[in-house]
Amino acid sequence: MYDAGKIIIGLVVFVLLALFPLWGSIGQDVAKPKPAIVKGERCIESADYMRANHMQMLDQWRDDVVRNNDRVYVSKAYKTEFNKSLSNTCMDCHSNKKEFCDTCHDYSSVTPYCWSCHIEPKGRI
Amino acid sequence: MEDSRREFLKKAGVGSLIGLGVVSAVNVVTEKKGEASSRSSNKSGTRWGMVIDMSKCPADCKICSEKCHSVHNVPEFRKPDGSADLKNEVKWLWKDNYNNVFPSKSGQFLSNNLKQKEFLVLCNHCENPPCVRVCPTQATFSRPDGIVLMDFHRCIGCRFCMAACPYGSRSFNWFDPRTEDEKHLVGGKNIDPNFPTRERGVVEKCNFCAERLAKNQIPACVEACTFGALTFGNLNDPDSEIRAVLAANNTIQRKPELGTGPSVFYIV
Repeated sequence: MYDAGKIIIGLVVFVLLALFPLWGSIGQDVAKPKPAIVKGERCIESADYMRANHMQMLDQWRDDVVRNNDRVYVSKAYKTEFNKSLSNTCMDCHSNKKEFCDTCHDYSSVTPYCWSCHIEPKGRI
Repeated sequence: MEDSRREFLKKAGVGSLIGLGVVSAVNVVTEKKGEASSRSSNKSGTRWGMVIDMSKCPADCKICSEKCHSVHNVPEFRKPDGSADLKNEVKWLWKDNYNNVFPSKSGQFLSNNLKQKEFLVLCNHCENPPCVRVCPTQATFSRPDGIVLMDFHRCIGCRFCMAACPYGSRSFNWFDPRTEDEKHLVGGKNIDPNFPTRERGVVEKCNFCAERLAKNQIPACVEACTFGALTFGNLNDPDSEIRAVLAANNTIQRKPELGTGPSVFYIV
């Protein structure tokens, strides 16, 4: 290999630069998000369950409601019935999108597009 | 390996014939029965329909369409000079003249009565909807109760349905229907928080107020009409009000010759 030294140095520099997002954040402690602002007593399922599964649940809900006209959710944990609705059921208690939804979504860098159509409570007049 | 080109072609031909035979035999055996019955009318259960009595519908009245467009957050796009942008208009419920609404029934010398009338038009919620057939993502689908509904989540904005719909009942959002402040629709109306808006790049149309039917309410336009021009009900129920109206009056459908089976009827 011609110019092995230059090439290897170049590769090392490239890899280091490419991995900057990984080593650049070592030592920096990013605070874990604390989604808050809950009015109700409890959620429709346990908090742990909701934390892990709310995205699948909402995805399922939208198909149930729009495609199968099935609008009633029966809570697995509490056996009570809820209307399958993000803007009505969920946002009734979690009424502040910025302090509830966005804190975790920003932290984990996900951008669900619910709100490009559904109305968040601040839009309520 | 010793086969000549001729032998090879013969065998390939016989092989593909057998293959075709097997495929068609399998198709005959496993033919979906639902396919055929979904085309013919669903006699049991519900089929929502509407009768529009044009003798009771004043030409300049827009109560129903204004109500519909405000509860469903339908934007009003405007040109830079402030006039209505008809090319990009989003329409769920609107009015048009006789020749445009019933092109196959328009005669040479139209009565003054028909010339002056503005016919109320909306999605016909066809029994055999061409929009559903062409939708590549099944964003538009037929519900068992006859409503042709759109799942806005799935719409990719290809506009095949707009090309397929013979009634012009579908509109495309060329622009974001919301304003920057997210509290108003384009055109100045407040957003009704009980119904979502759409986003840019999505097709929309009348949904026969599926969200209200789910709460046992009649469609907003029927409720809003103060002249009793709109009758809504179950076409499959022989005792329903709508069937009584249909039985007592001569009614016509829009372009019935296309075989779409519209669920909206007109008393002209």
